[in-house]
Amino acid sequence: MLEIKDLYASAGTKEILKGISLKVNPGEIHAIMGPNGSGKSTLAQVLAGHPAFEVTRGQVLFEGQNLLDLQPEERAQAGIFLAFQYPVELPGITNAYFLRAAYNEMRKARGQEEVDPMDFLDLLEEKLKVVDWGPEIMQRPVNAGFSGGEKKRNEILQLAVLEPKLAILDETDSGLDIDALRTVAEGVNRLRHPDKAFIIITHYQRLLNYIVPDYVHVLSSGRVVMSGGKDLALELEAKGYEWVDAQAEALAR
Amino acid sequence: MSGVFLKDFENFASTATADSPDWLEPIRRTAMDRFARTGFPTARDEEWRFTPLAPIVRRSWRAAAGANEDLTPAQVDPFVFGHPEWCRLVFVNGEHVPGLSFAGSLPDGVIATSLSEVLRNGGDLLQRHFARYARIEENPFTALNTALFRDGGLVHVPAGVDLSLPINLVFLTTREADGTVIHPRNLIVVERNARASVIESYVTLAPGARYWTNPVTEVWTGANTWVEHTRIQRESEAAYHVATTQAEVSRDSHYRSFSMAMGAALARHNLNARLADQYAEALLYGLYITHGEQLVDNHTVLYHDHPNGHSWEVYKGILDGRSRAVFNGKVLVKPEAQKTDAKQTNRNLVLSDFAKVDTKPQLEIFADDVKCTHGATVGQLDEVALFYARSRGLAAEEARRLLTYAFAAEVIEEVALAPVRTELNRLLLERLDEVK
Repeated sequence: MLEIKDLYASAGTKEILKGISLKVNPGEIHAIMGPNGSGKSTLAQVLAGHPAFEVTRGQVLFEGQNLLDLQPEERAQAGIFLAFQYPVELPGITNAYFLRAAYNEMRKARGQEEVDPMDFLDLLEEKLKVVDWGPEIMQRPVNAGFSGGEKKRNEILQLAVLEPKLAILDETDSGLDIDALRTVAEGVNRLRHPDKAFIIITHYQRLLNYIVPDYVHVLSSGRVVMSGGKDLALELEAKGYEWVDAQAEALAR
Repeated sequence: MSGVFLKDFENFASTATADSPDWLEPIRRTAMDRFARTGFPTARDEEWRFTPLAPIVRRSWRAAAGANEDLTPAQVDPFVFGHPEWCRLVFVNGEHVPGLSFAGSLPDGVIATSLSEVLRNGGDLLQRHFARYARIEENPFTALNTALFRDGGLVHVPAGVDLSLPINLVFLTTREADGTVIHPRNLIVVERNARASVIESYVTLAPGARYWTNPVTEVWTGANTWVEHTRIQRESEAAYHVATTQAEVSRDSHYRSFSMAMGAALARHNLNARLADQYAEALLYGLYITHGEQLVDNHTVLYHDHPNGHSWEVYKGILDGRSRAVFNGKVLVKPEAQKTDAKQTNRNLVLSDFAKVDTKPQLEIFADDVKCTHGATVGQLDEVALFYARSRGLAAEEARRLLTYAFAAEVIEEVALAPVRTELNRLLLERLDEVK
């Protein structure tokens, strides 16, 4: 589904990703871990097409097509979803309006007809259950005045409505209390599907107790320095990122 | 220049006296004398520094034509803001047209009528309030209006009455307005314990007409009232609009203004709200959307004259093309106005490299136990927000349109009456299509 080959990316003159390769198949959950500044979030944003980053080398294929040629909206329409680490507040736009606009863009891209507000409300009812929310939330402006936990839940709601093929969760667990974490994780688990894949980016192992990954990759200084099964996350938790850094140095030598 | 108006005034005075009550004549004459002495403001006048009045001052304007044209409601309806069942007074080129107006179903005792009618039939309400709040000494345009006004709306809501639907004052111009000046005069009186919503709109049927509207609106509220005053300025983009609104807010009263400016080549709105007793509250919201060579100037003054007053002000602007916006927000806190709480914000979204904004907060605080803050921003659409919307599948242009709309919609959200809000939203969407 997704194939990243030797990817290099910079923000301004600063090189952040230094040769990342990764392959994700349908149905798989990949966790990407790493210390702050290792390039985890940059990787997520580069995949979603954030204009602040420039890809200097490498290739990304999504279902065979060159992802890096696509605009951010085209990537979304192709089936990629990024749950933001810091979801953006859009005062003045209701959640209902924004989500329906996004949903209809997806439908248009697939050659389907747009849905009207009433039909959309019916669809939402089902999706709201994923994050355990009532319909009131839909009349509030997008993320404006939301708590940290509410913002993350809203990302999962968008994910549930837009039904992407590949969802990238960028530190969706950071700043969440245990209840919110559980709600978010349960939401993701309900959306698991043999045709869909997830990339879960996290600093901590905690979330992976609830969303069990098939693969764990560890990033350090813009490179994948370790890959393994779900046990790698536990090992990492026990030994700390200093252990990774030591391994990375050994690798560099 | 003032000579032209003086001649106008003498002509007008000789014909109008038959219809005018005795008490008004000396007020008009004093106002005319005042204007004759001061003339128009100049660029040296601090209050008018950013407002190029030359196009108004250099032209000689004929007195307004009045409603010569026969207009049918069907012709006018598309330009009338709001719902057909709302009470409306329609003025065409400055003159009240009963055939286009609609009384609606107003609660007992509520008056919504034209000043021309009141001047003919008497009654002391007008005399009690007229020219008491909008002072001719403060503004030459107010003096000119006071001397020369012919018509406008009078709204009186008696004590304890709750006006559930708004009263709509509609000032229309037609092709015949070209080359003329109109001085609409409005008075809104809301007695104690009453609630009211009044909409004042200025709109044209002749988009290219060059005329000048010089309205003055006085608002007086009794104790414990709730008043929402909505103002929509959609003049011809070749026209000039220089307006003053003066609101007196009494004890425990809530005055809420929403002022939307979209039209005119040059538009200036002076909005002055006086918190005339304790625990009075004024909320001033504004939205301006300009393009081309338009200039929109909002000058607001909040007079905190008494303790425990609260004011809250948010003005937002969207500018495209080579348009310009001026915002000047003055807050005057008297020494006795302790526990004043005042907050002012002006935010501007600039869509073009050539648009320009002059924004200036002006806080003059003479009390020591107060909370007064202000903030102003001039900027472009947030890149991160744009990316967020695009990452959800919205095309770049669509994302831009949505965020621009959201920027403006946020202030419309503050309008209390839902049907008014809905209408404003519709107007906003129409306008954004024109601008971009």
